[in-house]
Amino acid sequence: MAVGLAAPTQASSPSAGSQPVEASGPSNHRRADRPRLASRRPRFHALAEAAIRVLAFSSITAIILIFVFIGKEAWPLLHDSAIWKEVTLAKMWFAQQWPGYDAAEHVWQPVSEIPKYAAWPLVVGTLKVTLVAMLVAVPLGVGAALFVSQYAGRRLREIVKPTVELLAGVPSVVLGFFALMVMATWLQQALGLDSRLNALVAGVALSFAIIPVIFTVSEEAFGAVPRSYVEASTALGAARWQTIVRVVVPAAGPGVAAGIALGLGRAVGETMIVLMASGNAAILSASPADSVRTVSATIAAELAEVVFGGAHYTVLFFLGVLLFAFTLATNLLGEFAIGRMRRRLGGVA
Amino acid sequence: MKRRSRRVGDVALSLGTGLAAVLVLLIVAVILGDVAYHGAPHMTLTFLTQAPREGMTAGGIFPAIFGTVALVVLMTLAVLPAGVATAIYLSEYANPGSRVTRLVRVAVNNLAGVPSIVFGLFGLGFFVQFVGAGIDRAFYGGQRVFGQPALVWAALTMAVLTLPVVIVATEEALAAVPRELRLASAALGASRLQTIVRVVLPQALPGILTGAILAISRGAGEVAPILFTGVAYFLPKLPGSLHDQFMQLGYHVYVLSTQSPDVDATRPILYATVLVLLLLTFALNATAVVVRSHMRRRFAGAAS
Repeated sequence: MAVGLAAPTQASSPSAGSQPVEASGPSNHRRADRPRLASRRPRFHALAEAAIRVLAFSSITAIILIFVFIGKEAWPLLHDSAIWKEVTLAKMWFAQQWPGYDAAEHVWQPVSEIPKYAAWPLVVGTLKVTLVAMLVAVPLGVGAALFVSQYAGRRLREIVKPTVELLAGVPSVVLGFFALMVMATWLQQALGLDSRLNALVAGVALSFAIIPVIFTVSEEAFGAVPRSYVEASTALGAARWQTIVRVVVPAAGPGVAAGIALGLGRAVGETMIVLMASGNAAILSASPADSVRTVSATIAAELAEVVFGGAHYTVLFFLGVLLFAFTLATNLLGEFAIGRMRRRLGGVA
Repeated sequence: MKRRSRRVGDVALSLGTGLAAVLVLLIVAVILGDVAYHGAPHMTLTFLTQAPREGMTAGGIFPAIFGTVALVVLMTLAVLPAGVATAIYLSEYANPGSRVTRLVRVAVNNLAGVPSIVFGLFGLGFFVQFVGAGIDRAFYGGQRVFGQPALVWAALTMAVLTLPVVIVATEEALAAVPRELRLASAALGASRLQTIVRVVLPQALPGILTGAILAISRGAGEVAPILFTGVAYFLPKLPGSLHDQFMQLGYHVYVLSTQSPDVDATRPILYATVLVLLLLTFALNATAVVVRSHMRRRFAGAAS
């Protein structure tokens, strides 16, 4: 059984159009040289190997279980008429005329006499915070990565890289704490904002969490550009900066894009920072100086106090499904970009 | 003229990107400096060994430290076998190009990107509501014992979250073991499993340890996954069994900074708690870095 599975009969079909490049090269090579099984084996070996095989599927199982069990709790929103009395998909996404309001509005007010579950204030809030975070994190992350890989000497590199790793190790609740206790006051004094906690504070704090992601992936991408590219460009008389802007950056482009996609996924899903620093008021507005409530923070703040299986509970799980789907999409996008860059550069190196 | 424009471009680009790097350094310095400056004076032995008192405006954080340690110990017990087995499968058994292998890799990468709050939802929906309630129906006649947020469910949720960390680190460690060692073992008549257990795993042990430490560091700092699966605001007693709730450092930071009745009285305690949490995660990360570089040096020596 074990031998059958491992035998090189399952020749893998090369993926569409790609050449078997260096990424899979060495491991293929290793396989061919792998020791053959001895003929005499104690019986428990088969058992142990079976266990390894079963446990190897734990990640796939986890992904499937996450999908199934979050979906299961959100499912009643789509088909349960008892839930529909309180909330429907249409009520979540279209403005509703509520008693006491002048016009149809998007309102998120799940705990009130007439519960209101408009999703737009949360989605827009998430987008605002994410936009601020990306506007800060992309220039800083990519810029620092470019500096470290192109200009910095060894000494400087050995200061910047571990520092970024240090930042990556800071728990998000600590960044949230810093934004809430320290940064909010500074920003309010500097900019004269009305509310202390707002999309700007949360977004800037959030950028601290994703700078390491963008930096690390970008730095790797810049480092992966073959030296022959740079040498060829220099030989043609290009200045250092011309080589960087016209050759290195375009070649590493997909890798940088992957880093940004991963950072985006992280920013949208991050919870503790926005929960602590955003002010948590579900206001539908375009201004970054207003308090906001994001999708993730809403789940974190409200789920502990809802009735299991009720409308509110179901809606929160539905929001979870949205988050899960969005980050899955950005991850696959990032992976695709990295794979593309590997193929492109691998063909030359 | 041409020469000067070349130089201007270089200066501009190096200054611009250099400024980005300096800003990143500055951010880290300001955060760590602020926490260290305000937190250090209050971090005393009594603070580390006492329970909170007077609505958390006095006393220490011992129950939160205890809960964090209990959580990560249980988490490690759960995540290590699954993570190491996956890495062994990927590196020693699987056909690298096969569809199954690619699928496992995609799953690992995506699992690493799932938002932590989604893990919290999953822990509540699966572990608490499904597994826990199932155990109660089967063994406790429907009485609520495991079917509620508890230490064990928080630990298992955190184990799922840290699974990719362990897999990636272990796989890297296994890949670094020289092929010659495997061949030599096979030449002596060892089976593949014997080779793995007696030759490959001992060589890869530092790398596996690195993975475990990184997972612990991650698990010690995450709060969102345990919000609904077992963490408690305040408990008079330490958790005594798997189905008890627990206090945790990260959540304690959240509680102190958002729900304190007296912000000024809480501030020193809050800063000291943050400092403890930071020191804990940094110490773990630093250990991982040291172990890893040690391992690399060893193999670099063996290969040449």
